Amino acid sequence: MKHFFRLSAGLFIGLFLSSVLAYVAGENPLHVLSVLFRSAFGSPYDLGLALFYTTSLIFTGLSVSMAFHAGLFNIGAEGQLTVAALAAAWFGVSFPQMPVTVAPFLIGAVGISAGAFWGWIAGWLKAKRGSHEVIVTMMLNFVAAAATSYVALELIKNPDSQNPETKALPAEFLFKGHDAVQDFFKDSPANLSLLIALALSGLCFVFIYKTVWGYQLRASGQNEKAAEIAGINPQKWKMIAMALAGGLAGCVCLNEILGSAGRFKIGFSPDYGFVGIAVALLARNHPLGILASAFLFGILQKGASDLDMETQFITRDFTRVIQAILIFSVAGSYYFETHLFKRRKKKLP
Amino acid sequence: MITEVLLSLFSVSFLMSVLRGATPLIFASMGGLLSERSGLIQIALEGLMLMGALFAAIGALYFGSPWAGLLCGAMAGLLAASLFGFFALVLRLDQIIVGTGLNLLAVGIAPFVTKILYNSTGSTPSLPQEIHFGFAPIVISLLVVALVTYLFSQTKAGLLLRFSGEAPEAVEAAGYSLNKVRWSFLMSAGFVTGMGGASLSLFLASSYSPNMTAGRGFMALATLIFGKWRPLPTLSACLFFALVDSLQIQLQGLNTGLPIQLIQALPYVVTIIALAGFFGHSQAPKALGQHLRIP
Repeated sequence: MKHFFRLSAGLFIGLFLSSVLAYVAGENPLHVLSVLFRSAFGSPYDLGLALFYTTSLIFTGLSVSMAFHAGLFNIGAEGQLTVAALAAAWFGVSFPQMPVTVAPFLIGAVGISAGAFWGWIAGWLKAKRGSHEVIVTMMLNFVAAAATSYVALELIKNPDSQNPETKALPAEFLFKGHDAVQDFFKDSPANLSLLIALALSGLCFVFIYKTVWGYQLRASGQNEKAAEIAGINPQKWKMIAMALAGGLAGCVCLNEILGSAGRFKIGFSPDYGFVGIAVALLARNHPLGILASAFLFGILQKGASDLDMETQFITRDFTRVIQAILIFSVAGSYYFETHLFKRRKKKLP
Repeated sequence: MITEVLLSLFSVSFLMSVLRGATPLIFASMGGLLSERSGLIQIALEGLMLMGALFAAIGALYFGSPWAGLLCGAMAGLLAASLFGFFALVLRLDQIIVGTGLNLLAVGIAPFVTKILYNSTGSTPSLPQEIHFGFAPIVISLLVVALVTYLFSQTKAGLLLRFSGEAPEAVEAAGYSLNKVRWSFLMSAGFVTGMGGASLSLFLASSYSPNMTAGRGFMALATLIFGKWRPLPTLSACLFFALVDSLQIQLQGLNTGLPIQLIQALPYVVTIIALAGFFGHSQAPKALGQHLRIP
């Protein structure tokens, strides 16, 4: 409970600072907040769209937090999810004769494994060669962007479209038709993946906090030497953690390819991977907390375009500023916990 | 065709293109060096450069002089670095988290500022030819390297810099304030990195455009690892990366049959390979990212 209060204190400081900034720019903060609120809860469609963003953010938030638990900073979720989405689209487009019943599973598996592979590269380099994962994952983001745009535009381009996108998957491969979430939020892109994301965060919670594996993973992250003495192989767990992180980020392909678009569009992700960092930090890497913080950022994401239209000076990217302020203020609120009250020792998030 | 490629590699224009491409990278990596050797992980180079690039363009447009723009860019980098210092040194937050926040902040603030000033979403108007640098930034960047090298190896300040990154307790024991040392090097790092951003918008391009750094901040970090956190080896790493980048641009124009997107990814792939330590082992400053324990 104490934890919750501190978090909300950070949250309120963040919202306050963002309001001040909006005010300085000549906007009424209350107007900004009301636009944000209306934009997310105005209609079932609006809520559906916010939940669609939330779904992807849960995946990337879980991805970043999984790496964090192993003491790694995964800023490569963006590249991992791009590779995963492309792999899923490529598989679906290339094998249209697959039996319909297994197709979604196979496509999802291919996508997620591709994401896991992309994450594993960074983990392997970290474990075997000691390369810093932050720079490697960042570089892999650029490589992923280049490689996917090549495959999408040169190999499986949609010839009937002006947009940079791949051919569409056969419609019967998608979740549509047996998707309760989509029926509920009519016409919005929210889909079955939302339930998968919820289940996955529960699964991550159990894995990280309730299993021996999770314990070993966390031990490798918190104290490599102690872990080694306890008979845990921290290098191995770092690789596994990065592969898991990549796989979790790769789950975005369920939401994007199988759940809504049915094809790979270049630039489909509004920086899910980077927002995922903020999501994980805000939730302090707790898989269940990620649900709440992903929803908050989902609302912000949905509100961004409305803010762009309904206010004079606030652009789409203003949500980046709010994210940054939230990161600072939430991290800062732990400063007061660790240094002013001195109740607990400093722990890296 | 191969002779054609080889010949073009030895032309003066190719050499100049390497030097031009290296300039922002040299500034950023020297900034990173000053910060990291003092013990502060500088993930935020990207954000510092963005701020430098943006405010350099604004300053140059406002004062009508590239030199004023350069100064504005450098000051913007310094201010952004002081924000980093506030969170990392005063509040003692995790430096990687602060850096990530700063990068996000830079990406978000830029369109906000251009919208208010020029009513455009993200870019500044392009600079007229007369407020555009010719070759001065190349010289300045090399001067900065010379200065850092001198400072690093010949002065007491350089000794303090190295100690605050390797053995912070020793700095305190010798009667200096570690925080003051780190603050001053962080400020100079921001100043230099801001100039790197300025060289992007005033020299390589002729306006500020969103995300024009294109990962150079992270590449600069890679050059540090590659150059073992020493000024001159880091300079050669910068030149190497710029060489790869210029080669990439040459290859694009040559119709090699390779897809352009893959050629464009070349510098990033080279960075990863370089990082993997296939060019020798590199040891980071020992106290990187550590705070001094409060007694």
